[in-house]
Amino acid sequence: MTALLEVEDLKVAYGKIEAVKGISFSVEAGQVVTLIGTNGAGKTTTLRTLSGLLKPLSGSITFDGKPLRKYRADQIVALGLAHSPEGRHIFPRMTIEDNLRLGAYLRDDKEDILKDIQAAYDLFPILGERRKQAAGTLSGGEQQMLAMGRAMMCRPKLLMLDEPSMGLSPIMMQKIMETIVELKSRGTTILLVEQNAQAALSLADQGHVMEVGNIVLSGTGQDLLHDESVRKAYLGED
Amino acid sequence: MNELPQQLANGLILGAMYGLIAVGYTMVYGIVQLINFAHGEIFMIGGFGALTIHLWFPDAPLLALIPLMIVFAVICSVAVGAAAERFAYRPLRGAPRLAPLITAIGLSLVLQQAIWKWYPDATKDQPFPQFEGDPLSFLGADIKVNSLFILIAAPICMIALGYFVNKTRAGRGMQATAQDPDTAKLMGVNTDRIIVMAFAIGAAFAAIAAVGYGLHQGQVGYLMGLIMGLKAFTAAVLGGIGNIYGAMLGGIVLGLAEALATGYMADVPGMDLFGGGAWKDVWAFVLLIVVLLVRPQGLLGERVADRA
Repeated sequence: MTALLEVEDLKVAYGKIEAVKGISFSVEAGQVVTLIGTNGAGKTTTLRTLSGLLKPLSGSITFDGKPLRKYRADQIVALGLAHSPEGRHIFPRMTIEDNLRLGAYLRDDKEDILKDIQAAYDLFPILGERRKQAAGTLSGGEQQMLAMGRAMMCRPKLLMLDEPSMGLSPIMMQKIMETIVELKSRGTTILLVEQNAQAALSLADQGHVMEVGNIVLSGTGQDLLHDESVRKAYLGED
Repeated sequence: MNELPQQLANGLILGAMYGLIAVGYTMVYGIVQLINFAHGEIFMIGGFGALTIHLWFPDAPLLALIPLMIVFAVICSVAVGAAAERFAYRPLRGAPRLAPLITAIGLSLVLQQAIWKWYPDATKDQPFPQFEGDPLSFLGADIKVNSLFILIAAPICMIALGYFVNKTRAGRGMQATAQDPDTAKLMGVNTDRIIVMAFAIGAAFAAIAAVGYGLHQGQVGYLMGLIMGLKAFTAAVLGGIGNIYGAMLGGIVLGLAEALATGYMADVPGMDLFGGGAWKDVWAFVLLIVVLLVRPQGLLGERVADRA
């Protein structure tokens, strides 16, 4: 069986500066795969390239059998690749409900959209309570919930989450991670970028460690969690 | 003599025209943060488009011809507006702000001169067809039948735009693009198409305003977009640039202020030198300066800090 997402020798540059220097990895349907690493390792650049916001320098990206380099960002969403961006980027002046509706922008099945909005409220009850409120008034953690719920609204084959725990309180971070476990148990395929390596690795099937544009180490989540060098570099142990 | 109703009516007519043109400035700015200084000329092109239909069918009754004039005016303006976006502004997206701004000013001159050179007799103002009929009296004001067009068209256009922006999928995509273009793409919005759409809607409104202008003024000319464009831009800033209702409100406030200043400034003690039509443009810009001092974001504008 071929993988849902296959990235081969991907290079991405901002002008002359190469941010991603030839990485390869794959995501199988049903898996949670995580990219961990410090700031500037190229994780966000990788996700933005996969979703079509950045154009790669070279390499190939195959998603669900299709070469993504031939598609625009809005067409890639239509193929079933959803991206919840770093910094959440909810639409602050729209209501929570309108934000969720925008997540279903390309869908025509009105009744099913309503069901999916309800499902998002079931997953995150706080969003349901505030559905008519402007999204900009939500707390950081609630905005993260909204960003995740919104990304799920296109019924993606692959959900990409960029730094979902960034800037959140430990309790809220815990909650977001529990949600990812919940989505995983429902069979959602997830590509997770995180600086919180401990949390990401403990729930991931596969992990890749990125350093200055390269993947330096790969393995199962558990392997990496117990790897000596990973523990030293990313889990803050001596 | 009580001339207040008449001044208010004049102000409203002028303001409706400013407001319709201002929508084009504000929509384009809201989505690509570009001041399309060629928009006044897109308005002017609409005027000549409408005139062309009259010249083709000089004997047709005006009432029957008006729909065709509107359609052709809109086609001409939209074609020029969309072409400007595609070939002049899109290649400069991501360039420093100054580059598209200067392009817009250049484009504005090109369009003026093109009409001046190639449209028959356009070196002089051209008479615009007029309806026959006595002015209507309404609450003490006399309104020319030719001025009714803009008073009817402006509210219809604004209601249609409000519906489009809030109730249709493309309208929601437009709001999303205005708030956060990259994230809009991640929702599946084809932002390039939304941007062309914003230019096209703005151009269509300008064309309708141009038909109203031709009827109201009785003539069109290749320079008509210059001062009308500048005033409409002022109206857009006054109302809060980026806000479509603000554009119409700004237009009406500006129109009323001009009319009232023209009519009454001379009666204000010590200001007798500054009344009359010659000073109306000055008072329009004084109003702009005052509003921007007190409320920099404009009447209905939101603070920039709200942009995430």
